Amino acid sequence: MPEDGAPAVEVAGLVRRFGSVEAVRGIEFAVRPGEIFGFLGPNGAGKSTTINMLCTLLRPTEGSARVAGFDVVRERDEVRRNIGLVFQDPTLDGYLSGEQNLRFHAELYGVPRAVLPERMRRVLEMVGLWDKRGDRVQTYSGGMKRRLEIARGLLHSPRVLFLDEPTVGLDPQTRSSIWDYIRDLRATEQITIFMTTHYMDEAEYCDRIAIMDSGRIVALDTPERLKAGVGKDRVQIRTDDDQAAIGALAERFGLAATVAEGAVTFAVSSGEAFVPRLFAELGMPIRSVSVSRPSLDDVFMSFTGSTIRDAEGSSKDWMRMAMRGRSR
Amino acid sequence: MTTTERDEARRDEARAVVGPVVRVAVPERSIVHDLRAVKIVLHRELIRYGRDRMRMVSGLVQPVLWLLVMGTGLSNLMTAGGGGAAGSHVDLKTFIFPGVCAMTVMFTAMFSAGSIVWDREFGFLREMLVAPVSRSSIVVGKCIGGATVATLQGAVILALAGLAGVPYDPVLLLELLGLMFLGAFALTGFGVMMAARIQSMQSFFGLMQMAMMPMMFLSGALYPLAGLPVWLTVLTRFNPLTYAVDPLRQAVFSHLSLTPELRRTFDPGVTWWGWRVPVGLEIVLVLLIGLVLMGVAIIEFRRSE
Repeated sequence: MPEDGAPAVEVAGLVRRFGSVEAVRGIEFAVRPGEIFGFLGPNGAGKSTTINMLCTLLRPTEGSARVAGFDVVRERDEVRRNIGLVFQDPTLDGYLSGEQNLRFHAELYGVPRAVLPERMRRVLEMVGLWDKRGDRVQTYSGGMKRRLEIARGLLHSPRVLFLDEPTVGLDPQTRSSIWDYIRDLRATEQITIFMTTHYMDEAEYCDRIAIMDSGRIVALDTPERLKAGVGKDRVQIRTDDDQAAIGALAERFGLAATVAEGAVTFAVSSGEAFVPRLFAELGMPIRSVSVSRPSLDDVFMSFTGSTIRDAEGSSKDWMRMAMRGRSR
Repeated sequence: MTTTERDEARRDEARAVVGPVVRVAVPERSIVHDLRAVKIVLHRELIRYGRDRMRMVSGLVQPVLWLLVMGTGLSNLMTAGGGGAAGSHVDLKTFIFPGVCAMTVMFTAMFSAGSIVWDREFGFLREMLVAPVSRSSIVVGKCIGGATVATLQGAVILALAGLAGVPYDPVLLLELLGLMFLGAFALTGFGVMMAARIQSMQSFFGLMQMAMMPMMFLSGALYPLAGLPVWLTVLTRFNPLTYAVDPLRQAVFSHLSLTPELRRTFDPGVTWWGWRVPVGLEIVLVLLIGLVLMGVAIIEFRRSE
């Protein structure tokens, strides 16, 4: 067991290749105990591959990782005993009831029988499924299934809980209730939470965020500091000729603009003050303009050069499919 | 309220709802722990079988068709040629009864093994593979579970023994149950070994169809294994199912009162170059095949990441 203050997750020089594709290209970071640590990035950035290596499901090609103080390659069983997992895809048996699914898990993890009823009741009540415990999981909604998986991941009191896209595919209301559970958890279970997401608004709930793009960590800090680091406001303008506008911005103001979400987008400090100058000096008609304070979206953009939604649409999905195929 | 205050408030609130933390200390891996894993994997098979009435019923259709329809229909041919006083005639239904038992067990066992492919498709296999237990305990649990379920299904067929002219002798029934369990174990081992490699349900069942039909036809389930052409004799001797069916038939026939000639005609046993293989050896053979297949399955699951 790690002494207090030792990192809950510690990663050094981690690399994973699938054939000639390098999905994770040498990453380093440490997660403090009790933290909610988020991995943010578009699909295909290497988040799931990293999480699979940390969960001992995938062997690193190079580098090392320790989870709850144990090496993921050499002390695989110890790691497994000390982590809880909630995957992106459901891993429940629909033919069994919620309670039977948990009991199966408890037996596989060797949870002592004497404490099991109490522990089971606690995790089921925490996710609000105590009354539904006898129903077959087939009859559960998507949100209920995800909550049951969270309860199951906690059943054996793991030190680190891994959540791989815990809210993907859920409606906004369910998403926010899942987040309530996650925050309660940290308060009541003395647990470290390691999660991946590609929802910007959810990343705000994390204590610290690592932004991942094309297999590398491009930034790592608290959401506030990351946003402050951008320091600039985001300005988006709509014009009749985007290419000409980009050229004009570069020529007259020395600004690097790109087209994102269908608008010419660039960052300047104190955006509101810049707008009058823009209209006066751009030398071409502007149809609309919007100025926004930096968000995590801008952080993401400043580090990767694209918004997460645009990055999503790119050709990276095949990579994710390839990785999921391998990790089974 | 600051963030920390909000956290405090939330924490108190959460504590009030769920009470004090019950922490669980998960023990080190041990034999006891692995046995618990075997047991729960087995238990799950039983729960799923118990809940799936459709499977129980549909698993009965084929054997009943063979026994009652084919058995009755074809026995006309036989009575036309012979028949007479009691003890000098064997009903075809009686003859194929052990074969039908073996078939039932075989189909159910394969189906149980196929649930691994199903689990993989629906993600549940992952839940098992990330647990801190040895993969062998999962495979062993699956094999014993599949064998148990198949034996239960076989027990339903045993209930029909009277219709086939097989006596309800408790000793015979116990013998048959034991032999069916053994055969089912070997077949589940075969199925699990295949399932370790296969990604989709469709290809699993395709492959099973391809393997099961020849295995059944070459096993002596439907005809006696004596006086066959050489090529067929050789093929039947290489078929593992042969050695699972023959002890069943010998058990049934030893409880019928028949003339020695009839017994020799319908229950000739399995011979290797004229030497009659004893039942004990057949049983050991089936057990060995089962263990080897299960061993291969364990290696395959260990190797997969």
